[in-house]
Amino acid sequence: MADNKRIDQATGTSTVGHEWDGIEELDTPMPRWWLYIFYACIVFAIGYCIAYPAWPLLTRGTPGVLGWTSKGQLEAELAADQKAKAATLAAIDRLPIEEIEKNPTLMHAAIDGGRAAFRINCSACHGSGAAGSKGYPNLNDDDWLWGGDIKSIQQTLLDGVRFPGDDNTRMSQMPAFGKDEILKADEVQDVVSYVRFISHQEAASPSAKRGSAIFANNCAVCHGPNGGGNRTVGAPNLTDKIWLYGGDRDTLTQTVTNARYGIMPAWGQKLDPVTLKMVAVYVHSLGGGEAIPAAAPATTVAAK
Amino acid sequence: MNRGDNAFRGVDLDDVVTRAGGWLLLMFLCVSAAGFAADTGFAVHMMICAAAATIAAFYTLRQIGRAPEAVRPDRYYDDVIRWGVIATVFWGIAGFLVGILIASQLSWPIFNLGLEYTSFGRLRPLHTSAVIFAFGGNALIATSFYVVQRTCRARLFAPALARFVFWGYQLFIVLAATGYMMGITEAREYAEPEWYVDIWLTIVWVSYLVVFVGTIVKRSEPHIYVANWFYLGFIITVAMLHLVNNVSVPASWLGSKSYSAFSGVQDALTQWWYGHNAVGFFLTAGFLGMMYYFVPKQAERPIYSYRLSIVHFWSLIFLYIWAGPHHLHYTALPDWAQTLGMVFSVMLWMPSWGGMINGLMTLNGAWDKIRTDPIIRMMVFALAFYGMSTFEGPMMSVKSVNSLSHYTNWTIGHVHSGALGWNGMITFGAIYYMTPRLWARERLYSLRMVNWHFWCATLGIVLYASSMWVAGITQGLMWREYGEDGYLVYSFAEVVAALHPYYVIRTAGGLLYFAGAIFMVWNVWMTIAGKLRDEAPMTTAAFDPAKDRPVVPAALGATPLPLAAE
Repeated sequence: MADNKRIDQATGTSTVGHEWDGIEELDTPMPRWWLYIFYACIVFAIGYCIAYPAWPLLTRGTPGVLGWTSKGQLEAELAADQKAKAATLAAIDRLPIEEIEKNPTLMHAAIDGGRAAFRINCSACHGSGAAGSKGYPNLNDDDWLWGGDIKSIQQTLLDGVRFPGDDNTRMSQMPAFGKDEILKADEVQDVVSYVRFISHQEAASPSAKRGSAIFANNCAVCHGPNGGGNRTVGAPNLTDKIWLYGGDRDTLTQTVTNARYGIMPAWGQKLDPVTLKMVAVYVHSLGGGEAIPAAAPATTVAAK
Repeated sequence: MNRGDNAFRGVDLDDVVTRAGGWLLLMFLCVSAAGFAADTGFAVHMMICAAAATIAAFYTLRQIGRAPEAVRPDRYYDDVIRWGVIATVFWGIAGFLVGILIASQLSWPIFNLGLEYTSFGRLRPLHTSAVIFAFGGNALIATSFYVVQRTCRARLFAPALARFVFWGYQLFIVLAATGYMMGITEAREYAEPEWYVDIWLTIVWVSYLVVFVGTIVKRSEPHIYVANWFYLGFIITVAMLHLVNNVSVPASWLGSKSYSAFSGVQDALTQWWYGHNAVGFFLTAGFLGMMYYFVPKQAERPIYSYRLSIVHFWSLIFLYIWAGPHHLHYTALPDWAQTLGMVFSVMLWMPSWGGMINGLMTLNGAWDKIRTDPIIRMMVFALAFYGMSTFEGPMMSVKSVNSLSHYTNWTIGHVHSGALGWNGMITFGAIYYMTPRLWARERLYSLRMVNWHFWCATLGIVLYASSMWVAGITQGLMWREYGEDGYLVYSFAEVVAALHPYYVIRTAGGLLYFAGAIFMVWNVWMTIAGKLRDEAPMTTAAFDPAKDRPVVPAALGATPLPLAAE
């Protein structure tokens, strides 16, 4: 092949002497910088293999002279984190929950910890900013289903709502008035008219008037004679503008016909008591938190 | 396939009937399998196979009464390459469109259309397989047949088998794509097709190897050109990867579900040994084969360094195969395996760059062509992006970088700077080179249009890659941001919300890249139609059809044809 060698005019370099479909190859030496960086990478690789776990042996790999393991690093970081938080968490654990808010430092720490836990565990339903969505209550306002004081919130978190497998879970069940034929279809419409009347969405009408009587016989036992709700059974206030599922006629008809059965997990089964406490403090701090009532639960006041 | 003497008198009726009968038997088997199928997806696939077998039988029977095509030993066998060029363009458009759709889904979830078939989870593998295996695969098969014939100065070995490779590969694509939409998947990234599609691909791929090696064996050149080393490395390694990664046990021989032979972290490591080398041997080695032929041809310059090509070929082949574990940093994979994945990736940096240097420096003495020749500009741009992504890859394999970049959109940006910049642009360059030559046209319909394609694609890539880099680093930093009390600051959904503008920019980038590809469709279409756009001329490489011929062995006329005839 050597006889086909020639000097390439443009570069002044000799060709190797091969040719394929008009393609020739120059006999340029490998660029030095390329070769040296390649060598440097190999040297780095060898050094790294000596320093860190690298070569598989019979039962385990070579440990590396630094003694580093990813598991060890994780354990060290977790331990450091636990150590940094230990004093604060212990103080939060010791203090009764209603006392935490009186200590600004602990309060700050509890809100931070509670927010982090909320974003991991609660935001899927209640949203990152706790604004809720259809079927999942907004936790920023002062409208509460099961109570908005810090102890009630803690209780709701601990045992959940209608959560199977927790005997202390908050429990109530609205009858499916239409589906179970407790009310006829037109009676459902009448009671919907009444609910829309007391929530100031519709003017008084003959239908609402008929609904008033049906409401008194069927709904008032939980929602109160005036529709103001009852927190002991998680019955929402029907006179305000806040709706868990919607206050339009179609949604209300669905609610009365089929009822609702919202569930929240009992977080006491998953979160440790301190984290749970911090989440309660965080939720209570969002804006709608109420003071602990002196005696029996106060009757609900129509909000806003 | 060898019709012997009959080839000169007409089609051998026995042979045709036997082959058509075979196809019809296969059709009946497929229909029966569909009838007894354990699930709907398998039944649909068997019906697709039955339809394919029927079409094959029909075309076999059509040969009766027709004079067989004259075998021209003094010409390259280019039919299957022409089909390949068209298939590459077609699947490219399909793959880009699905890409734009899923990018839109990430920006505006309403584009999921509320249907399981069009949900992101089903369309995402459709996009990746369409661009890698349908667009890239067809480009590799077509260019490898083009290059191996010309650099061996030999007509393609077993053209009938080559036709089977082409159509068999299209059937594989259709089965894979329809399977994804029906929810049939092995859930192995870039290896999603189920066991029976894998078996079919194995048959097709081995046939591909036979055609390619057969052509090399009957070459008229004393040496094997470097492009063919890369193509051969790609074909053999992909066969090995495909076989090992897809070892699985079907739940039913008439059903579409199978279970992997590996479990746990072994399964993950096998998958990423495959997955990374799919990038290494499919998207790097194969396309380097393309580069090593079309860049010197278009630049009309000799390859920069023969020695560099030897050293970077062998070091690339040797090092790439070990780099897979870097996809599993900070997982259950043992630390020693993670280390090896990282250091082999770091060592891979220069071997990868050897290809870039050899490609770019081949322009020594012809740099002015970047200004005047839009095709060479495309190829140079491809090499620049190849260099960038093969630097970025080793960097991202370093564990401390990976702890930030892993699972973020940075990876998506990295992949697309390689896929859109390197694989896409070098393929476009090859298509623009081959089309006028394959269809015997004076030149492309329009070189100006190649320029428009170039700028649309370039702007698209810049928008795509930069938005995903920013998105990825934003994402990584937000995930790991701790407040003063040692708690994470952001919820997952807040990070998703922060990425929205980048997702929109990415979609815009994809649209621009697609717009460029539309120019290519137009240009290729008009070139095939034999039109020439009236425009101010631009430079392109010269073509002498008289030299585009295999060397015909002198003995060919005297003895019976040793070639497998068509």
